[in-house]
Amino acid sequence: MTPARAVRVVVRYTFVCAVLGFFTLPLLWLAFAPFDRDPSIAASLPQFTLHNFRELLDNEQALRSLRNSLVLAAGTGGIVVTLAAAAAYALSRVRLPGRDGLLYALLLLSSIVTGTAAMVPLFNLAYELDLIDSQLGVILVLSGGLLPSAIFILKDFTDTTPRSYEESARVFGASPLQIVAHIVVPLIRPGLATIAVWSVAQVWGNFLIPFLLLRSPEKSPAAVVMYTFYTEGGQPDLALISTFSLLYSLPVVVMFLFVSSRYGFRFHGGIKH
Amino acid sequence: MQKLTRRATALAAVAGTGLVLAACGGSDSDGAGGAAELTISANAVSGGKNTEEAEWIEEWVIPRFEAAQAEAGVEVDVSFEPSGVDDEQFKTRLALDLQAGSGPDILTLDGIWVGEFAQAGYVEPLPGLDWEGWDHIPEAVAQLAAYEGELYGIPWGTDGRVLFYNKELFAEAGLPAEWQPGSWADVLDAAEALAGLDGVTPLQLNAGTAMGEATTMQGVLPLLAGTGEEIHDGQDWTGASPGLTRTLQLYEDVYGGGLGDPVLQQEAQGRDRSFEQFAAGELGILVEGDYFWRSVVNPEGGTAPMENRDDAVGWALIPAAEPGTGIAGQDFVSMSGGSVRAVNPASEDAELAYELLTFMNSAEAITAAVEGDARITARTDVNEQVLADDPMLSFVADEVLPLTTYRPPLAEYPQVSVLLQEAAGAVAAGDSSPADAARDYEEGLGEVAGGAD
Amino acid sequence: MPTDAAGLGRRRAAAFVAPALLLIAGFLVLPALWTVYLGATDYRLTGLAAAEPEFTGLDNVRRALDEDSFTHSLGLTLQFVVGSAVLGQAVLGFAIAWLLRGRRGVLRRLVEALVLLAWILPGSVVAFLWIALLDRNDGTLNGLLGTPGTAWLVEHPMASIIVFNIWRGTAFSMMLYAAALGTVSPTQLETARLAGASGWQQLRDVVFPAIRGHVLTNLLLISLWTFNDFTPFLLTGGGPSDETEIMPVFIYKTALFNGELGYGAALSVLMLLVNLVIALVYVRLLRQRARPAKAAERGAER
Repeated sequence: MTPARAVRVVVRYTFVCAVLGFFTLPLLWLAFAPFDRDPSIAASLPQFTLHNFRELLDNEQALRSLRNSLVLAAGTGGIVVTLAAAAAYALSRVRLPGRDGLLYALLLLSSIVTGTAAMVPLFNLAYELDLIDSQLGVILVLSGGLLPSAIFILKDFTDTTPRSYEESARVFGASPLQIVAHIVVPLIRPGLATIAVWSVAQVWGNFLIPFLLLRSPEKSPAAVVMYTFYTEGGQPDLALISTFSLLYSLPVVVMFLFVSSRYGFRFHGGIKH
Repeated sequence: MQKLTRRATALAAVAGTGLVLAACGGSDSDGAGGAAELTISANAVSGGKNTEEAEWIEEWVIPRFEAAQAEAGVEVDVSFEPSGVDDEQFKTRLALDLQAGSGPDILTLDGIWVGEFAQAGYVEPLPGLDWEGWDHIPEAVAQLAAYEGELYGIPWGTDGRVLFYNKELFAEAGLPAEWQPGSWADVLDAAEALAGLDGVTPLQLNAGTAMGEATTMQGVLPLLAGTGEEIHDGQDWTGASPGLTRTLQLYEDVYGGGLGDPVLQQEAQGRDRSFEQFAAGELGILVEGDYFWRSVVNPEGGTAPMENRDDAVGWALIPAAEPGTGIAGQDFVSMSGGSVRAVNPASEDAELAYELLTFMNSAEAITAAVEGDARITARTDVNEQVLADDPMLSFVADEVLPLTTYRPPLAEYPQVSVLLQEAAGAVAAGDSSPADAARDYEEGLGEVAGGAD
Repeated sequence: MPTDAAGLGRRRAAAFVAPALLLIAGFLVLPALWTVYLGATDYRLTGLAAAEPEFTGLDNVRRALDEDSFTHSLGLTLQFVVGSAVLGQAVLGFAIAWLLRGRRGVLRRLVEALVLLAWILPGSVVAFLWIALLDRNDGTLNGLLGTPGTAWLVEHPMASIIVFNIWRGTAFSMMLYAAALGTVSPTQLETARLAGASGWQQLRDVVFPAIRGHVLTNLLLISLWTFNDFTPFLLTGGGPSDETEIMPVFIYKTALFNGELGYGAALSVLMLLVNLVIALVYVRLLRQRARPAKAAERGAER
């Protein structure tokens, strides 16, 4: 190995180690605090206990809220992936007037609706449609905000998949719907998986919309319940919060690991013109 | 106008999304076969924030009210809508409900919201005052539920601010165990003495926006009251008055003189930290409400428990700047807040809801509410019973409540409060002189009041 | 250019697009336009202006442009976007993708998993992690650096949230660039290497021209997302005083704490316009690429 090459290898591994350190360091607290009898804000090796978990499992809200988060995330993820994929494919294959301008406009508008200032319109809309305290209402509102970005990203995938497969299938007499189901979907599966994980993560962390639109405690998702572990004076109960944080994070981590091992987790990316 | 636009846009929405919705159906509410339905909401949730209040509503109020009504031949189905979030978030959602003409039948409000909710038409004056409870609620406490001379609800709990001090540190610094300063100078003298101790912050006087309302209620406002002033004189916001400058001067004396920790004021978790420091014997004097005694240093279930709370924690009235300079010529001052329950005017059964409201505020109900979690209620007859065993809470009920002050219940108050926090924060951080900070406050006031009118 | 390879036809294509567009029309476009309308009123959530809101036209916009807090907040947001997204996430994401390209095995999987974890964890959890990391007394960082008593979020608030957001969002750039690098032809790289090009020269002459479209997609999306990111509020609450009051936080405080929904709505419309300018700049850069690429680039260089 030449010295120059050796230096490069050292630099490369130093960099990778620095990256690993940077991304691991903040996670330490999540790994330790839940197992600490009396956790503080410091990440320290705990006096090991499962007490916090037992206490949390006794709290009927905690587990129920995770189930509710699953419902919201699955519903939103399903709608976003399905509708965005269909739209992205059609937009990529068929010339519709004003397509690009429309996509950019929607992408920009989504920034208003995902912000706080739109809460009155969103609330009143849901109210008039009788969607207050309905999980469906939350799913629809969240989907509306996520769809433009999802279409935007998925269209990159569909733009870059080779058309020759579709053409040859057509030659063999496959109907357009068959082609979409059997050829296009498998081709863009990593993209679908990515969008699914992305939209689930967005819903999983969203507090404001479910908080404003849902009423019954039976329907509250974890993002809302997380806030209940504070006292009257707004002080966090660190034992419960750290433990709940861990439980709250696990499903998305499991989903991510599953998706990434099964479908790969990557982008095609790049706007093609 | 607002209703109209809402209808129009909703129509457009229905037209636009009809397909989707037709397929999905609406929300899943189902009636309970003819029985009257009532909903109570509060920022309380069992197993979380204000858990005692939530449990009381679920386990005491609801079954007993339903049973009492059943005896009278009325079938009623009461449910509880809990939540456990920041007060601003709770208020926002409640206001959204009310502006749409829906929402729970019984509302739980912070007393400071009553004015702005009344202005918006979200609450209406009580149908009458022929309720036995008013005989037991002091005039001053009743003001929590009042706006422009009308009562909009029934106050059920209140509180008061005092100086808490660590007796052990006081002993170390050669200060008396029973301490009652008569002026700000006395407080500063004690802080100077504490400054000689190693690893001890002498005084915590909340400053800055990170502390939020705790800066206003436990800092600026009680001090301002000690100069004989209020932020709103009934007509106008008072602005950069001599009293405000004097108040801010005290901040400079404390934080410029090394008697407090200016960095802590800016930390997002600063208030929690100050509590932990007090519990750990690293903080000498702290201005706080009785909440601190009940829920923070309480050895049973406090967030920063002190095993020896009863022996180690002392309390004293907040002195006026000098004897007699306080509001109404008082020697001592305090600030109070509290919560109020009211009936939603949009309730389908307002009469029954009012019955539930008075039921919830009966002596029996209030006694049950604070059983095992003693706190100061609006009713003197209940306080006499439940606070007897707690010297600190009795002190607040007997000594503090008679001389306390409340905040102006106006919609602009939250913004004014932020301006006050900024002024105190700027002085504490050493970024502004008291005079400059007071002037900035007055300028900000112009924008807030201008924007509101 | 799109060719209808599957023989969808316009009708069926419209049917494919319709459900998404309907949902977007009802739950995105309608509330967004409604918000724009609210921005022209003095509507508040409570108080007199809640009962009888008045149409005030451009008053809110004028107020915003007059107020120091708006321009201050806009400046902070631009710092935040440039620092954490354009320079931070994009550069770090690319560096990781570049160094791990063509690798398989545990190391790559581990790095990718950790970077992605930071991206998918819920915001409220992540905020707690960083508060614990940066804590003044017992924080892990102070323990590691031997700097006890440094209140990072108070002494370096903007730098802290920028580093935080780099940590939070690098995953997207990393994934996108990893995919993009897969499309760079290995033979071209090999040729450049044999011709004696250094690593940097290879990047400049071969890689960047090939992935320019990806770079722009990435910058566009992460800029918009960062512009609208509210998570820093959970770390600093916009403070100390207003040193980290970026636009989403400013709007949140206006709407939720002050209840000034009309003004808050006007602010988010202004924010949309700034986003529009950013998007136009990126799209312009992209269009340039569509022209006969190399010649145009050479011309621009001279």
